[in-house]
Amino acid sequence: MDNAISVVGLTKSFGQAKALDGLDLTVARGEVHGFLGPNGAGKTTTIRILLGLLRADGGTATLLGGDPWRDAVALHRRLAYVPGDVTLWPNLSGGEVIDLLGRLRGGLNASKRKDLLERFDLDPRKKGRAYSKGNRQKVGLIAALASDVELLLLDEPTSGLDPLMEEVFRQVVAEETRNGRTVLLSSHILSEVEALCDRVSIIRLGRTVETGTLAELRHLTRTHITAELATPPNGLAQLAGVHDLKTDGATVRFQVDQAELDAVLRQLTTHGVRSLVSQPPTLEELFLRHYETEPVR
Amino acid sequence: MTSLTGTGTLIRLILRRDRVLMPIWMLCMALLPVGLASGTASLYPTDAGRQGYIDSLASSPLLVLFYGPKPAEPSLGALIFWRSATGIVIMGLIALLVVIRHTRVEEEAGRRELLGSTVVGRHAALAAAVLTVSGASLVVGVLVALGMISQQTPAPGAFAMGLAWAFAGILYAAIGALAAQLTTGAGAARGIAGALLGLDFLLRGTGDVAGGGLSWLSWSTPLSWVYQVHAYTGDRWWLFALTTAVALALVLVALRLSAARDVGAGLLPPRLGPAQASATLRSPLGLAWRLHRGSLIGWTIGLGVIGGVLFGGVAKTASSLLEGNGQLTEIMERLGGKSVASDIFIGGSLGIGAIAVAAYAVSAALRMRTEEAALRSEPVLAAGVGRLRWAAGHLVFALLGPTVVMAVTGLFAGLVYGASTGEVGRQVVRVVGAALVQMPAVWVLTGLTVAAYGLLPRLSPAVGWAALAACVLLGQVGAALNLGQSVLDLSPFSHIPHLPGPAAVPLTPLIILTAIAAALTALGLTALRRRDIPVT
Repeated sequence: MDNAISVVGLTKSFGQAKALDGLDLTVARGEVHGFLGPNGAGKTTTIRILLGLLRADGGTATLLGGDPWRDAVALHRRLAYVPGDVTLWPNLSGGEVIDLLGRLRGGLNASKRKDLLERFDLDPRKKGRAYSKGNRQKVGLIAALASDVELLLLDEPTSGLDPLMEEVFRQVVAEETRNGRTVLLSSHILSEVEALCDRVSIIRLGRTVETGTLAELRHLTRTHITAELATPPNGLAQLAGVHDLKTDGATVRFQVDQAELDAVLRQLTTHGVRSLVSQPPTLEELFLRHYETEPVR
Repeated sequence: MTSLTGTGTLIRLILRRDRVLMPIWMLCMALLPVGLASGTASLYPTDAGRQGYIDSLASSPLLVLFYGPKPAEPSLGALIFWRSATGIVIMGLIALLVVIRHTRVEEEAGRRELLGSTVVGRHAALAAAVLTVSGASLVVGVLVALGMISQQTPAPGAFAMGLAWAFAGILYAAIGALAAQLTTGAGAARGIAGALLGLDFLLRGTGDVAGGGLSWLSWSTPLSWVYQVHAYTGDRWWLFALTTAVALALVLVALRLSAARDVGAGLLPPRLGPAQASATLRSPLGLAWRLHRGSLIGWTIGLGVIGGVLFGGVAKTASSLLEGNGQLTEIMERLGGKSVASDIFIGGSLGIGAIAVAAYAVSAALRMRTEEAALRSEPVLAAGVGRLRWAAGHLVFALLGPTVVMAVTGLFAGLVYGASTGEVGRQVVRVVGAALVQMPAVWVLTGLTVAAYGLLPRLSPAVGWAALAACVLLGQVGAALNLGQSVLDLSPFSHIPHLPGPAAVPLTPLIILTAIAAALTALGLTALRRRDIPVT
């Protein structure tokens, strides 16, 4: 088994509402996998199924070689989970929660705990009800990151953290992956995904719409071209991969798919290029394209 | 009065949020005395018949503890005001719970902060909660009065009774408002206000039962003034001036405290906790101990120690109440001597204690639902803990916690009663036994709540509390409402043998009840293993 997580055709409904509609997800061991999608796309539902808390209606899910529902307890000793909204027991201190969750998981690395408390700048003596949103999140993060587990399931773990703490989070996750840990990171923060993830999956309406390495995904994005030509262009609109073409005299503006860039530029030069501005593709555009509300395909 | 800006809007918000719950409890409370009155009127149409009924009820110190001293005349109205006095305590309980629900609970959840940022005065939230509950109490009072008039009782007495019920609600709305200022957690605020209500009840009841040098206790507490209104016989209207003044004073103190503190903070300062977990906090059971220990200790001291001492202390005076009632004394002597009266009192009070303990059992079982709905069960279940192990931690407290409370109640009642009769060893064994014999009925309620939690998690609080309310109603007023024995037998408590007593203990009902409780618990756990978590 090379894959830490392997999900095929997962479906799950809550009453009338379809949360997952044939979702696929593969996370290789040792990689940081970004899990992206708009609110309500089914990210949390997927993670809860992987944790054996929800039961899938259909499809298969394999986690660390086991069945997430049947082998839940045994699998949970090998993973750690951080929810997007950490809720704490109002009368337990942060330190107590970190120790409790660590012990329930089968042990906690004491030196890591101490180190993380310092780096995340958390006072472990405060009671659960006294923490702010960001500090509650830190309690959940430290409890998960301080245990020596194979897999980290992080569901928008940095929501509420300040930029400084987000930077600490990135460093810690980078260190963890160097030690061979696998991470599934659900996130909305693209810079975080770009900084940490080897591969990403984008889901929409309970279905996987894109998956691959960041380089592959960049390949799917379009380059913006603005060119001033010697002669008015013709035939440009008919070329494959050209989108949103606007012609203003001898000036053209358009977007072009990465794969067709070479052919399109060849065509442009036949018209005598006087100036050329090319804007590189951004992942953000790709995500936004998938986040839009109308069905993409 | 800019500090009250927005009160009207907030009242509408409370009415909107409680639009189902509030009419239900108001209607239940309003119908209780009317139902009792029509049932009693057909059973005892004459003054002589009612006098006999009153005398037989008042010969039980336990019922005096509940209803207060018997009425001076046997009119239907006077009998019903006395007989339905439990409703006064229930009004107080509902009022304090609803006020805390709309004050401290909102604050703890952070919603008060959201509202506080809008154009809302400093006192508006607290004022809206107290005003709404007081208004609802007054409506209940008017409905009670109209209901009693419909039963051909005199109008002044009917309104005195209605107002008495209303003021029970108003006084405890004020006490709830005060308690909500003290702690940062809503649970602790409910505990404080509920403990005051229990103490109020026990002090007044002790004064009424013991009489003599302790009779001043019958005038010592807020609820005692409501009992002292003596609707239909005394109609002491001036007491409403006193209760109004006290309620106003309490609300003003609550408002002062509320204005003097930060939103979200309590008067009792939050303390820092340990930076590391102790060695005991390492399992679902260890976590459950941390979550349940406060209420277990509270119930053990409140009901177990204080209640036990009162039950045992009053028991020895029970036989003295028999004097002057020749017929009853004769019956008692035939049954086994004067101590039978004490036995009946102890058995009866332990039966009431068991109902109270069942409330603790239901709330302890529902803790699982609270944990799930607040998403706090999720990290535990995601951390190498099976569902059954997680549930077992809570079940230890929902099943054994009430048992401990009952055992302690029996222990203290037996010690105090035994000391007064000079046979401590014997009485402790008998009374602890009589306390523990109640447990199968309590476990049935725990089991029912667990079954509901497994099968219908969203509805489980409603199922658990409705079942308890049904047991209270069947036990307290079921017989007077002329319900058949088959209906009364729906309550598990009706199958518990009467102990302590001379007769042998029938084991069959205890075994059957325990088996039902076990089956319900198993059903709930099986369903819990199969379903999604969390269901929100």
